[in-house]
Amino acid sequence: MMENAIAWILIFPLFGSVACAILGMGNKKLCYPIAVLSMAGSLWGGIETLRQVIASEVHTVSYIFGGWTLDNYPRGVGIEFHADILGILITLVVLGVGFIVAIYSKLPVQDETPNKESLFYTLFLLQITGLAGICLTGDAFNLYVLIEVAALTGYGLIAMGSKRAEAATFNYVILGTIGASLYLLGVGYIYIKTGTLNMVGIHDVIVANGLADSATMQVAFVLVGIGILIKMAFFPFHAWLPNAYCNAPTVTSSLLAPLVTKVMIYVMIRMVLSVFGVEFSFESTLWVDVMPWLVVVAIICAAVMALAQREIKRMLAYLIVAEVGYMVGGVWIYNYYGLIGSIFHVISDACMTLCLFLGAGLILRKAKTTHFDGLRGLFSKMPLTMTGFFIGGFSIIGLPPTCGFFSKWYLITGGMVSQRWEYMVVLMFSTMVMVVLFFRLIERIHLAVSESGENLGHGHGDLGLTKEQTRFDEGPLSMLIPLLLAATVVLVVGIYNQDIVNLIEIFLDEFNLPKGVSH
Amino acid sequence: MSAPEVTVIEDIRPLIAFVAPLIGVIGIAWAGEKRKNLRETFTFLVATIQASVVLSMVPILLSGSIIEFQIWQMFTHVPLLLRVDGFGLLFACVASLLWIATTVYAIGYMRGLHEHAQTRFYSFFAISLSATIGVAFSANLLTIYFFYEMLSVSTFPLVTHMQDKDARTGGRTYLGYLLFTSLCLLLPAMSWCYVWLDGGTVTMDFLADTGKVGAFSQTTQIVLLALFTFGFAKAGIMPLHSWLPGAMVAPTPVSALLHAVAVVKVGVFCVIRVYSDIFGIQVLQELDGEDWMIGLACATILISSLIALSQDNLKRRLAFSTIGQLGYVVLGATLATEQGVGGSVLHIAMHACGKITLFFCAGAIFVASGKKYVSELRGLGRKMPITMGAFMIGSLSVIGLPPLGGFISKWYLALGALDRDMTWVVVVLLVSSLLNVFYLLPVAVTAFFRDPDDDKETGMKEAPMACVVPLAITAIGCFVLFFFAEPILHLVGLSK
Repeated sequence: MMENAIAWILIFPLFGSVACAILGMGNKKLCYPIAVLSMAGSLWGGIETLRQVIASEVHTVSYIFGGWTLDNYPRGVGIEFHADILGILITLVVLGVGFIVAIYSKLPVQDETPNKESLFYTLFLLQITGLAGICLTGDAFNLYVLIEVAALTGYGLIAMGSKRAEAATFNYVILGTIGASLYLLGVGYIYIKTGTLNMVGIHDVIVANGLADSATMQVAFVLVGIGILIKMAFFPFHAWLPNAYCNAPTVTSSLLAPLVTKVMIYVMIRMVLSVFGVEFSFESTLWVDVMPWLVVVAIICAAVMALAQREIKRMLAYLIVAEVGYMVGGVWIYNYYGLIGSIFHVISDACMTLCLFLGAGLILRKAKTTHFDGLRGLFSKMPLTMTGFFIGGFSIIGLPPTCGFFSKWYLITGGMVSQRWEYMVVLMFSTMVMVVLFFRLIERIHLAVSESGENLGHGHGDLGLTKEQTRFDEGPLSMLIPLLLAATVVLVVGIYNQDIVNLIEIFLDEFNLPKGVSH
Repeated sequence: MSAPEVTVIEDIRPLIAFVAPLIGVIGIAWAGEKRKNLRETFTFLVATIQASVVLSMVPILLSGSIIEFQIWQMFTHVPLLLRVDGFGLLFACVASLLWIATTVYAIGYMRGLHEHAQTRFYSFFAISLSATIGVAFSANLLTIYFFYEMLSVSTFPLVTHMQDKDARTGGRTYLGYLLFTSLCLLLPAMSWCYVWLDGGTVTMDFLADTGKVGAFSQTTQIVLLALFTFGFAKAGIMPLHSWLPGAMVAPTPVSALLHAVAVVKVGVFCVIRVYSDIFGIQVLQELDGEDWMIGLACATILISSLIALSQDNLKRRLAFSTIGQLGYVVLGATLATEQGVGGSVLHIAMHACGKITLFFCAGAIFVASGKKYVSELRGLGRKMPITMGAFMIGSLSVIGLPPLGGFISKWYLALGALDRDMTWVVVVLLVSSLLNVFYLLPVAVTAFFRDPDDDKETGMKEAPMACVVPLAITAIGCFVLFFFAEPILHLVGLSK
């Protein structure tokens, strides 16, 4: 069982979803334990695989499904699961987030989507299967299939939300499909030119045949790149994201917001580094020159739009768009530290977004609204929830010792090494916007002042609320504990960043990346 | 600032001094509003523990060793490292000893005014002091940045304690200035050092890496110097000083300990660290544009004193006075001579003791009579003789008259300026002392020698004992410090 751990990562949620579909029809109470147990099993598989990856000499675990062989040249046609350090790290993020959200899901799923539990958990587990699969697969076409698995289940999960969710889902379906189709088209070009779909195989052929200047491959690169940018909601392709995440059920947004965009960043890094290769991606295309400036535009626009929001979930949605800009920028400033920052930010952003969305879910449940006007006095009403929420917020701002500080540190270092000042300035700018966003929230919760600046209370800490409204009233433990767990993870990932970065460095050392000049 | 050949002792005490208040917060929050006396006991206990742990390290330092403790490895090359050297220990002593006084004072003040949310107040107060000790004991640039940010955030609930419109304005200015400067000026400057020095392997240790920035070009050094000086905006160098008057909306114990001692002194402490331990005196003296920084510090001293003259609100007047006095400390560091830096270090202690007395008095006046403005104080000296007497002593110390502490530090600053042949700096010091006389003495003089508006009430009406005792003690402290300048300089390792 141990040597198949990588397969168990997917088998647990896949069969869990089938179990949910079949058993859940009979007794819907079974779905929740099935989901939590499958996620726990899957997480175990992930940790075991990480152990194997670290232990192996080449730092990869390769697993071939269905008895195919990889001995031919170019490397194999079958489905290979190829877990290197990057892949398994992001997989663990997916599984960890999935596990925490699964625990959290008990009450919100019952209340927000009554009588659809079986359906919800089936899609939930399939979503995890798709996302984890994306991070593990070593096959470019298989990657497309898994992207679609994740996307289709995502549509279903979002559409179960409020009335407006249906329109938002439709929007998402259209843009998501365009993105995936462009990616598929790109993979088609790659297959024509290289004769293989295996990622390692593609890279081997590109290097062996010197395809860096091939027009076909250039077109393939652009198609794949744009397809992924649409799927990751990179500005200006972000239009699907805010509505989809705001109107979705609580559990859906808590699951999708931390993962979907981040997994697509992973796909971009995978394509750029492992499939097309450093020389191809950075030396023979114009992306290195263009992308940092697009990132600047993206971050500024997303940050300004986040400023304009008056509702927590919507604000967070735009924050995600800005964070996507950070990570894309970290890749395209093209150096070692930028990529460390980007990969570490994938991990830390998933943790802090999870923290924030879980917190927003609890606020919605207890305060009945996530609009800024309804938040006053929440510190006294639910202190633990707000602590967890603001640990996530401080991480987004980048205050030490949260993980957000360390990822931002590496990104800034990257910008410094490549001397992309525009990227550094925009990072500073967006950091300031985040400060405004979160401290404005703290103000709205903590102070007895209306937005226009009128005193609402009678001084001495009177918030202008009844005793009833400020009485200690935390959310249910099944929701609170996952939130506090996520907040702890934010701190732990920050404090132990060195161990994670060491792993990322092992991965990046394979590639010939500029490390900057030393004086 | 210690000589490099000292012995290093591994000891957990600096960590205890840092962590004790954080653990104390649990007790304070647990006791809560219902068990007031227990809560205040916890605060007092934690302050005492912290101060005694800090003081217990003095003999080790005097025997010529320094103490180190590594908390954890942040980056490959950079540890989160605590180190106790003379300068840090002096600052830690000042902060933690005055915290004990403030604890007692806060009990009188907060209960006297029936303030709300006192549990929150004491909790965040403890966290702030923990961060202050962290700054004092930091061994490298990134460590100091950690605690610096911790202090910015943990003081926000204290500044906005009143939770009303003014609190919002004050809080916004406060965080706006402090976080903008630390995130947008400090972070790039630090990152620059870490990336470009020694091929990215430098730890920016205050002991081992002094003077390494000398490898940069002159322009880069000047830019870095400016980024650091303005980045540590808690030092209140103009034009980034407005947060300090804004923060005066906080209750007076906060203004007294944090905005006259802990927070602002953390700012100048960091600036001195950068000037003397990152750049180093030699590098600074060879730097061409460094005179600009001296000019800036002098401008801050004079302008803020002039503004202080026009302030009628007593706390705001004291706040501008603080900005001016912080200018002295920065001035000493920019002079980059041993005497100058010695003057800075001394001034941290001297000014802390004098200014906290003044703030304590301002708060005591407010508790006893509800008066906030200088023009209302006529005849108050008869009702509150102890308070106003202490105010007089504090004023004289800040002005810099012997036999009070403030005199010594100004003396050393003047010597430092003469070492650099900068007579005009001495003139600035003199003019500023004169201005200090103009804006501080009238307060006490009005209180003692002008007749009150209404003669109805006679007899003494002092603030509660818990308020009066601490301010009397700190006033006496101003005298005591006059005689302790040599031991302090010896501790810091600058004495000849």
